[in-house]
Amino acid sequence: MMDLIAQLAWGPTGWGDELAAGTMVTVSLALATLPFGLAIGLLVALGKTSSEKTLQTAANIYTTIFRGLPELLTLLIVYYGGQIVLQRIFALFTDAYVEVNGFVAGMVALGLVFSAFSSEVFASAFKGIPAGQPEAALALGLTRWQALRLVTLPQLIRLSIGGLSNLWLILLKETSLVSVIALNDLLRNTNVAVGFTKQPLFFYSVALLIYLVLSLISAKGLGTIENHVKRGEQRVA
Amino acid sequence: MSETAVRIIEAQSPPPGVVRKWTVSRIAGTALCGVWIAIGIGLVWSLYGAFDPDVFFKYMPRMAEGLLVTTKLVVFSIFFGGLLAIPLALARMSTSVVVRGFAFAYVYIFRGTPILGQMFLLYYGAGQFVDELITLNLWWFFREAYNCVLLTFVLNTTAYQAEIYKTAIESIPRGQREAAETLGLKKGLTFWKITFPQAMITALRPLGNEIILMIKASAVASLVTVFDLMGATKLAFSRTFDFNVYLWAAILYFTIVEVLRRTWDWVETRLTRHLVR
Amino acid sequence: MINFKNLAFVALATAIMSSGAFAADWTKIRVGTEGAYKPFNFIDANGELQGFDVEIAKALCAEMKADCTLVAQDWDGIIPALLAKKYDVIIASMSITEERMKTVDFTDKYYNTPARFVAKKGGGISDTTPAGLKGKTLGAQSSTTHSSYLEDNYKDSTVKLYATQDEANADLAAGRLDAVLADSVVILDWLGGDGSCCEHVGETFNEPKWFGLGAGMAIRKEDGELKEKLNTALAAILENGTYKKINDKFFPFPVY
Repeated sequence: MMDLIAQLAWGPTGWGDELAAGTMVTVSLALATLPFGLAIGLLVALGKTSSEKTLQTAANIYTTIFRGLPELLTLLIVYYGGQIVLQRIFALFTDAYVEVNGFVAGMVALGLVFSAFSSEVFASAFKGIPAGQPEAALALGLTRWQALRLVTLPQLIRLSIGGLSNLWLILLKETSLVSVIALNDLLRNTNVAVGFTKQPLFFYSVALLIYLVLSLISAKGLGTIENHVKRGEQRVA
Repeated sequence: MSETAVRIIEAQSPPPGVVRKWTVSRIAGTALCGVWIAIGIGLVWSLYGAFDPDVFFKYMPRMAEGLLVTTKLVVFSIFFGGLLAIPLALARMSTSVVVRGFAFAYVYIFRGTPILGQMFLLYYGAGQFVDELITLNLWWFFREAYNCVLLTFVLNTTAYQAEIYKTAIESIPRGQREAAETLGLKKGLTFWKITFPQAMITALRPLGNEIILMIKASAVASLVTVFDLMGATKLAFSRTFDFNVYLWAAILYFTIVEVLRRTWDWVETRLTRHLVR
Repeated sequence: MINFKNLAFVALATAIMSSGAFAADWTKIRVGTEGAYKPFNFIDANGELQGFDVEIAKALCAEMKADCTLVAQDWDGIIPALLAKKYDVIIASMSITEERMKTVDFTDKYYNTPARFVAKKGGGISDTTPAGLKGKTLGAQSSTTHSSYLEDNYKDSTVKLYATQDEANADLAAGRLDAVLADSVVILDWLGGDGSCCEHVGETFNEPKWFGLGAGMAIRKEDGELKEKLNTALAAILENGTYKKINDKFFPFPVY
């Protein structure tokens, strides 16, 4: 047992530093995807709740596609397909090699999926804001953009934080998929460690434990944010 | 009669139609729809252009085989997961701290860790303990990758379904249980005849979501040599290097998910039409 | 949404684009290899690419007076990456087969070793014909001549495919597979180490229809000039003894 723990040591003899490096990649990938996914998700949600039919249709097609495809497939299509598309585009101008970085591909693919799911959360949050408020804002002379920015969005955070925390936890776990496009995240480094040491039970358990700890930390952090955001709400006794 | 003569109004031109103005939103919306149509055409063109009848007929049967494996995997894991989830949901609401704690830990672990990691743990972990498993006469099960993956999926979906059922059961007003007790009904009878049927209806929507998530998650089975739809796709790509096989796989997965989603929605609407929503 | 996506793609691509149009004079060559196929190409403890293929590549580059960089790539994507110009030539024990020649071009072979089955000692496998292995579970690395051979000929057996040769070997050692078809020399290396459980069974396979004409170097079809240079350099090192030196370093028998 002790020599198993020793395998987690830092430095050249142990795998501790590789696992830590993998964890850094996992967390940074999730964090990098977040703004991308939230921004697109918000735009798509605006499209869904707009009165313009064509915008609604376009937004609905987007969410239907990205919620309906397996994340693994989306990742492979973005990675290999994006490579081909970019290469064809660039072949028109230059002979140089254009590489789709694994991290960027992961970010884009996971971001697209995240945005599709978060647009649903945002759309139902929009419906949760009484329609009278933006109307009153317009009546007071604010422009639509100002009404959105000053009246709707602050409340949106409060209403969508629950759904978004859930999506964040799912995102953390989905980053494990990038191990198949040769990105050195936690799971891939665990695979390498297992390949060398032939101790799958130990190393995979450690990896799962790390994911669990990340989930716990996230849940705590998001809980604090949620409490802060909902501080004005009256608790129904 | 002339006093009450009806004055006929001459025919007038119809009222002006509603003028749909070209607002920014409308332009953006039309442009985006145009982009989607362009992508759709591009997709069809790419698939049609690269369509090689030999390749198609050589690999379509394998894709169909893979599809069958995916379906079996999803159906069995949801079914067995459902069976295990009900006792787990009850355990989550149990009065005993030990039972409740164990159930909570189980649900937390399986929902808090990636399914890919769980699958690797079970598959490669079993490979590490072959001799022990042979002694326990369990190796015949863990030898097959399909079984390992099925077990992982069952354990995983049990956790998610337990949460769904717990929420559903808790949504049934306590008053019903209390009324049943007053009427002298036993606890088991109350659960099966009164609480459970109503809870199931509430659980329909999240259950449908879970099935869809399971279909999508099943794609990771291909990473441990299970020949599901994704595995068949990878095989076809490795022999032909034709990217379109991934597009075919995407279309297949998408169709399955859409059909299931719409059917489930229809079933749910019919079964809940008596409820006030 | 799509406009944004495309813009982002192009912007990101510009940001990450690797520079340098590699001129047609081939003074700088990028070589792609797998890094998981001991002893031909593998990654040592320091993270460096080593192996027979790697040494041949370096010798050829020295002969061509070119500056070579080695790039590691997962086997399944090794040809697509070549076509996408991630590197200019694949020197990774890739067999010259007709199927592959549809997408890439090959130089002359630089070695030729047969394939062979390997199974657990005492597993009772001796007949390695399709009839003899009926109902058994066989394994091979995906996208290889071995996997194609199994897929097309061993229809009564279950064929499992693995991303790397090591994973197939691991499952054989664990008992999940009854036999693995792989390059006999690569297996020999494994049998001497982690593969003490197992042994070669059956005869060797080397029909050109399935296993090609030996391992060659893959280049894009339009790079005929590079092909010429590589062939010339290969002939040179075969003559001047460099090849023999590298051969003897890794194997006690000739592999050409």
